[in-house]
Amino acid sequence: MLIYIARRLMLALITCAAISVLTFVIIRLPPGDFVDAYIANLASNGSTVSAEQAVAMRHEYGLDRPVIVQYALWMGRVVRGDFGVSMMWRRPVTEVIGDRLWLTMAVSFSALFLTWTIALPIGIYSAVRQYSAGDYVATLLGFMGLAIPNFLLALILMYGGFRYFGLSVGGLFSPEFAQQGWSVAKLWDLMKHLPLPAGVLALAGTAQLIRIMRANLLDELRKPYVVSARAKGLTERHVVLKYPVRAALNPFASSIAYLFPYLVSGSIIVSLVLGLPTVGPLLLQALVAQDMFLAGTIVLLLGIMTVIGTLISDLLLMWIEPRIRLQGRA
Amino acid sequence: MSASLADDRLAQATQLQLTWWRFCRHKLALVSLGVVALFYLIAIFADFLAIADPHATDARRGFIPPQGIHLFDDGDFSPHVTGLKGARDMKTFKLAYTPDPTRKLPITFFVRGYEYNLFGLIPTDRHILGVVGGQPVDGIFLLGTDQLGRDLYSRLMVATRVSLVIGLAGVSLSLVLGVLLGGVSGLYGGIVDTVIQRVIEVIRSIPTIPLWMGLAAALPNTWSVVQVYFAITLIISLVGWTELARVVRGRFLALREEDFVIAAELAGASQLRIILRHMLPSFASHVIAAVSLALPAMIVSETSLSFLGLGLRPPAISWGILLQDAQNVQVLAGAPWLLCAAIPVILVILAFNFLGDGLRDAADPYG
Repeated sequence: MLIYIARRLMLALITCAAISVLTFVIIRLPPGDFVDAYIANLASNGSTVSAEQAVAMRHEYGLDRPVIVQYALWMGRVVRGDFGVSMMWRRPVTEVIGDRLWLTMAVSFSALFLTWTIALPIGIYSAVRQYSAGDYVATLLGFMGLAIPNFLLALILMYGGFRYFGLSVGGLFSPEFAQQGWSVAKLWDLMKHLPLPAGVLALAGTAQLIRIMRANLLDELRKPYVVSARAKGLTERHVVLKYPVRAALNPFASSIAYLFPYLVSGSIIVSLVLGLPTVGPLLLQALVAQDMFLAGTIVLLLGIMTVIGTLISDLLLMWIEPRIRLQGRA
Repeated sequence: MSASLADDRLAQATQLQLTWWRFCRHKLALVSLGVVALFYLIAIFADFLAIADPHATDARRGFIPPQGIHLFDDGDFSPHVTGLKGARDMKTFKLAYTPDPTRKLPITFFVRGYEYNLFGLIPTDRHILGVVGGQPVDGIFLLGTDQLGRDLYSRLMVATRVSLVIGLAGVSLSLVLGVLLGGVSGLYGGIVDTVIQRVIEVIRSIPTIPLWMGLAAALPNTWSVVQVYFAITLIISLVGWTELARVVRGRFLALREEDFVIAAELAGASQLRIILRHMLPSFASHVIAAVSLALPAMIVSETSLSFLGLGLRPPAISWGILLQDAQNVQVLAGAPWLLCAAIPVILVILAFNFLGDGLRDAADPYG
């Protein structure tokens, strides 16, 4: 078990390192560097920077040193929580991002939670009642989830809501709360708005998990031990839930590790369509404006949050899945 | 008699025939194969099927709603569309078009239109349908027009080609990477395997869309449409190869222990010969199945990126670019037909998924 945790932690650390390198690459990819962009930005406002000042700035930011050193310097600042200044907003990046990162995580985690709570019972139901009406409905839902990319679903829902109910679907807060500080009322407002985006995000993952759960459980239900359990007179509920479901959870569980990154990824694009105040729209703006410190920071923080989220779901898994605990490996 | 004949047939059938028979049992997959084939036919003949020049803008044709084709005229078979009458709504000041039943425009087949190269080689200007004559605003608008007056149906045809080809190109690149790395991983095992597996795990635990967005946005603005096209393909396949690598590695691991592989080894066959002659035929079908499951993911990736405005850039036309016009609820409320571009996306994803499922089942001899 300790080996398992250690292995997961190691992997998480390596992933974080890989993400940081990728982020650095993204920040450096556009032609020119931070100082060029800064000077261009100032020039557009009428002020100028002399060549000496530019050299001094490059030196200060370490831009005249080898790439590896620059990476190390950048990492050093990041670890201390200094993500640089957003060119577009002229404010520290952390200030610009503010609550948005947490809201992104709130949306993604509720989607994850929704996926689990919907997929598990429906999966069990469609396996136990194979070829029943409910099973067909679940299968249909599965196909829909499979076929409709979540941003399209969001788009269709938006249009449907607007066209047939006259509602503006979207956002995470009612207008009166959007600019306010956090309060219980605002939290409740958020709770009311979360289900829609979470549902949109969860559909694809749910569809996939229902299919996996159904197939796994069907395999288990045909095994002789289920017959003997039934022959011994256990209630149907007991027969199904006690062993086959738990046995069927294992492959189900291993796919969860990839579910969270997928959900975070989807939340970006769904947020854009539904106009959620998450990092999604901010990332797009930053990228379009080539505000690379802001964009890079968002990619980095999202990546790290995802790694942490995946780690948490891994640990949860270990808690429900004795085989992982005992084997010491996934 | 017939039973033994069937047995004979089964005994003599090649691996490919067996796979095909098993595949035919999966009705949904068979239908999907037809749908996929149809889409690729559209992709090949996109310009022929297009009615109007997909790039031609005309302010007078903005937001024309979809038009139906009337097959009969007073009981006689004569396909025609009606002309359009534009009237300004005095409240919103928007120009709205209504059919004008007094003007009938007969539809002609194989009509001359804009010039293009069939198969990229043969210059021609024939198109499947068209109307001849009429006023400048007249035309066939099967799915309506967008804000700039471009015919959505014709754009959809051309977009189908772009989106499907980018999917194929992306998958081919992923396949090369996946087979190479997955093969190496499965064949050599040990430390190489561990490293490659960890790399795959790392890649899969990174949220892809922000990463793609970052990479795609970093492409220089000065790049041409073609350069961006290739860059986007590269970007989506860099992430997409992991699943293929996993499948290939799994097959390699399983086959390595098979008797016929060991026999070939003992008979002194070279490693390359064992892989190409003995192992490849047994896992090719699995790889094909994995490819057909990877294709829709590629198509969605391109669509998402272009939808965000970070993928292909106009004047390129792809499904994502068409959907980008439909991003805004205000626009959609006035022109709901812009959502039509979502239909082929959904159809293709479904078809490829069923096809992949069918192929996977067919490829598994114990299924």
